[in-house]
Amino acid sequence: MKLKKLFDDGKFVVTSEVGPPKGWQVDKLLHETEIIKDKVSAINVTDNQSSVMRLSPLVVSKLIKDRGMEPVFQITCRDRNRLALQSDILGAATFGIENLLLLTGDHNKLGDHPDSKPVFDLDSISLAYTVKRLEQGVDLAGNKLDGEPPKFCIGGVVSPCSDNLDSQISKMERKVKAGMEFFQTQAVYEVDKFIKFMDKVKGFGVPVMVGIVVLKTVGMAKFMNENVAGIHVPDNLIEELRKDKEKTKSGQTGMEIAAKLIKELKPYCQGVHLMPLGWDDKVPKILELAGL
Amino acid sequence: MLITEIKPKEEILAFLKEKKSIFVIQCYGCKEVVYPFDEIQKFLQENSINYVLQDYLCNHEYSKEYINKCKEQIENAEMLLIFSCGVGVQSFSEMLYNNTELKIKGKKVYAGCDTLYVNGFQGLTATEPNCAQCRKCHLNYTCAICPITSCSKSLLNGQCGGVKNGKCEVDKEMDCGWEKIFKKSEKMKDKNCVLDEKIHLHDFKIIP
Repeated sequence: MKLKKLFDDGKFVVTSEVGPPKGWQVDKLLHETEIIKDKVSAINVTDNQSSVMRLSPLVVSKLIKDRGMEPVFQITCRDRNRLALQSDILGAATFGIENLLLLTGDHNKLGDHPDSKPVFDLDSISLAYTVKRLEQGVDLAGNKLDGEPPKFCIGGVVSPCSDNLDSQISKMERKVKAGMEFFQTQAVYEVDKFIKFMDKVKGFGVPVMVGIVVLKTVGMAKFMNENVAGIHVPDNLIEELRKDKEKTKSGQTGMEIAAKLIKELKPYCQGVHLMPLGWDDKVPKILELAGL
Repeated sequence: MLITEIKPKEEILAFLKEKKSIFVIQCYGCKEVVYPFDEIQKFLQENSINYVLQDYLCNHEYSKEYINKCKEQIENAEMLLIFSCGVGVQSFSEMLYNNTELKIKGKKVYAGCDTLYVNGFQGLTATEPNCAQCRKCHLNYTCAICPITSCSKSLLNGQCGGVKNGKCEVDKEMDCGWEKIFKKSEKMKDKNCVLDEKIHLHDFKIIP
C-alpha cells in the first residue's frame, strides 16, 4: 500500500523506523517490528544509517513485507552509483515494496568506514528524477525497461529547524518538483520553529510528517545539539530530563516529552514519523500518551 | 588559465537573451595554455558583442585595479560574461562581491567556457578558488562558487541536510559550499544566480 493513499484519504499517518543490524541475523529486529506492527502504517528501514555498515535495507524491507507490514525502503546515494541505485529500486518493485524514502546520505567520514569512497553520483533530487524515469519505463540513460514500468510512492526528508531554513525550503521545493510525494522531517523539538516552517511550505501541497526522536539521556540531547545538523533540543527539555534521573532512565520522561510534542504539532502537519533508535518497545506507549 | 573550450553557443546565447548591456571579459593570462581565442572572437563578432581583454583574471592585484578602472561599465552592465577557466570566473566574481567601491553588492557573472582536465597542471597563479577542470562548468547556476570543489559531496542540486552553523558535516572547520552559494545570492539580491529549473547530473564520461 502506498503511503500517498493514506494521505489522500485524509488520515493522520504514523510511521516508525528500524535500523538493520550489524550482522546477518534478524530475530531481534523482527521482534522489534512485531511490537510496533499494529500501531503504525509503515516502518522505515534505514540504509547504513550514520554511514555505519549494516545489513541491506532492501533485504530487511522484503522480510518485513513478508510478515504483513508496510516497509518504507530508505535509499541513500552515498554507497551506490546510478546503476546500482536503479538496480536496487527495480529489486524493490520485484519484492512488492512500494514506498521509497530518497536521501543523499551522510558522508562516509562520519561512519565506521571513513576511508571508503564516497559515491554521491546522484543526490536526493536526481534520484527522485531517476525513479520517475523508471516509472515512465526508461532508465536514467534513456534505455527502455522490459515489461511493465514499476510504480512507487516516493518521499524525502527536510530539516524544519535548520539554521538556514531558506536553502532547506528551496531544496524541498525542488524535491516536490522532482516528484516527491511526502516528507518526513529531521527530529523536531522546537514547536514554534516547526509551525513557522509549515506555514512557509503549505503552498507546496505535499504532506509533511513531523520527525520525533525519543530523548534517552541528557548526554544524548547535548550530543545532538553539538553534532547533529538541524536538531536543537531546548534547555527546558534538557532540564526536564535532568530533573528526575530514575524517570529519565526508565524512559518515562522521553516518552512524555515525545507525546507532548506530537500533541502540540499534530494540528500543523499530516503525520508523525517516530525514530525510536532501539526503543521500539516504547512506541505504543508514546502513541497512547499522544492520543493516537 | 587552465585548458578551456567555449561553451556550446546556444547555451551562451540563452544567457544573453533579453540582456541589453553585456560586459565581456576575456582572460588572456597564461597564454601558453590552450585558450579558444579565435573561436571566441568569431562568436563575439557574429553577435556584435564588444569585449575587453585582461591578463590573469585570477590575480587579485591586477583585477582589483581593473575593476576600479572599468567601474562604470561593470555597474551599467546587466551581465558580465567571462571567458576564462573556472578559477578566473570564481576569483573575479568574488572580487566584485567584496569590492566596497562598487555600488552594487556583487554582480552576476556567467562563465563562457568549460575547463578541461590537464594532468599535473594547476594554473599559474595560485588562488583560493579551486577548479576541478571537469569540462562542464557549473558556475552559472551557483553564484560562481564551484559546487564540485566547495561541497564535500560535490552536490549539484542544492544543500544537503548535514550543514550545522554554516559548516560541513565532515569537518567543523570547513564552510558548507552550498551555504556560501545561498548567502551570496541573498546578499546580491539575485535569486536567479542560484539554481534553475533543471535537474543537474554529473557527467563522468568527460572526466578522465
